[in-house]
Amino acid sequence: MALSGHAARARVSRHGHVRPARIHLHTPSPGATLVCDAVSRRYGPRWTLVRVSFEVDAGGALMLVGANGSGKTTLLRCLATALRPHDGTIRVDGRPLWDNRHALRPRIAMLGHAPALYADLSASENLRAWASMGGHRADVPALLARVGLTDTGTRPVRAFSAGMTRRLALARLLIKSPSLLLLDEPFSALDPPGRAVVADVVRALRAGGTTVVLTTHHPAIAAPLCDQAIRLDAGRVAWRGAPTDPAAVVGEA
Amino acid sequence: MNAWRATFAVTARELRIEWRDRSRMTGLFVYGAALVLMVAFAMPGPHVLPDLAGGALWLGLVLASSRSLDASFAVELELGALDALVRWPVPPAAIFYGKALANTVILVVVAAVLLPLVGVLYHADTRGPLILLPAIVVAGCAAIAAPGTLVASLTSRARGSSALLPVLLFPLLVPVLLAASRATSLVLQGDPMDQADDWLGVLLVFNALHWSLDPLLFARVVDEG
Repeated sequence: MALSGHAARARVSRHGHVRPARIHLHTPSPGATLVCDAVSRRYGPRWTLVRVSFEVDAGGALMLVGANGSGKTTLLRCLATALRPHDGTIRVDGRPLWDNRHALRPRIAMLGHAPALYADLSASENLRAWASMGGHRADVPALLARVGLTDTGTRPVRAFSAGMTRRLALARLLIKSPSLLLLDEPFSALDPPGRAVVADVVRALRAGGTTVVLTTHHPAIAAPLCDQAIRLDAGRVAWRGAPTDPAAVVGEA
Repeated sequence: MNAWRATFAVTARELRIEWRDRSRMTGLFVYGAALVLMVAFAMPGPHVLPDLAGGALWLGLVLASSRSLDASFAVELELGALDALVRWPVPPAAIFYGKALANTVILVVVAAVLLPLVGVLYHADTRGPLILLPAIVVAGCAAIAAPGTLVASLTSRARGSSALLPVLLFPLLVPVLLAASRATSLVLQGDPMDQADDWLGVLLVFNALHWSLDPLLFARVVDEG
C-alpha cells in the first residue's frame, strides 16, 4: 500500500471547495532507472517511433510533448510493456524490459487514455477489486481522500464525470506503489483542482523515489514536475532539454 | 502473487458486476426459456416432448451462452480494463480461470431455473439416476464456459463480435451438446444400459482438455505485445 491512512480526510476550504488530504508515502518504492536505446515501433508499414533514445535516472521525471500522432502514447505503451518495440531496447534498472516484463510489471503503473475501471462498480469497489486481483492491500478511504473522491458513496463509475473518472484511475495506480509511473496526458479532462491533485500526487511519488514519465499538451503545468523534456515529431526526437521554458519545449520560442 | 487468490478475486469481481444489474443472467434466462418454449410449441404432439427434454435444455443453454460470454468481455473492454489487468499484473491464466468460473456459475444458475420449466413443459420424468443430474449440469456448463471464454477473448475486439462468436464457438460445442443432451435424456427417460455415466465421462474429458489447454492460448491472445 502506498499511502498512509493517518489524517486521510479531505478538507473543506472556506469557499466550500473540497481539498484532498495530503498524505505522505510511508513505503516509498525505489525508483527505476530507465534507458531507451534507439527504440522504434511501427503499426503496419508506418513507423510511429523512430530510434528514440533517452535516459531517466531513478526518481527523475521526463516530460514528453508533441503534436497528436507524434508517437508519445506509443512510446508510453512500449514502456508499459503493452507493446513490444520492433527495434531498439528499453532497460529498467539495466534489465531488458520486454524479456523481463513479467518480473518488472509489478513495478510499473500506467495511466492511459482509458481509465481501466469497471463502469458498474463504485469507486471503492473498483479500488478493492483491483487491490485484491493484484494481491495488494489498499487503504481505500485514504486513496479516495488522496484524489478528493471521498463523497462518491455507492455511485457507479458510469455516473462519474470525466474528471472524477480520471482521478479515480490515478488512485488505482497508487495501490501498486510503482517504481516507474507512466502518465498519458494526466491533466486532460481535469479542472484546476483536479490538476492540482495530479500534480500533488506526482510530487509526492517523486519525493518517495518513483521515476515518472508523462506526456502532456500542458507543458506549463507539467514543467515544474519534471527535470527533463523531449519533444517528439513524427516519431523522432525533435528537441530535448530542461523544461525551464515551456515555450521552448513546444518549439514556439 | 498467489494465482489462486487472483483467480477467485477475478471471479468475485465478475459476479459482483453481474449481481449489480443481473442483465446477463436475465438475458440468458429469457433467451433460453424462449427457445425451450418455442421448441415445445413447434413439435407435432405432446407424445414426443419427453424425448426432447434434454436436447431442448442444452440447446437453449448453448445458444444463450454466446450472449453472456460476449457481455463478459464487453465489461472488460468498456473502460480498457483488460489490458490493464494483464499489466497489473494478473496472470493471464488467473484471468481466464476467473472469468470461466464466473461464466460457469452464471450458466449453472440459469440451468437450475430452466430445468423445472423443461420438466413441466416437456412432461419429463426422472426414471434414470437422478443423482447424476447435478454433475451433468455442472460439467456441461463448465464445458461451455471454458472454450466460450477463450473464443470470446478472441472475438471481443473484432467488429461484429456478437456474430463472430457463435460462428467460431458453436462448432466447438457440438460434443458438449451431444454428450450433455444424451446424459440428461438418460436421467429423465431411464438408463437401463447405464450409459449416462459414459456421456458424463465424455463431458469430463472435454472439460479436462479445455480447462488445461485454453488458458495457454488465452495468454497468447491477451498478452501478445
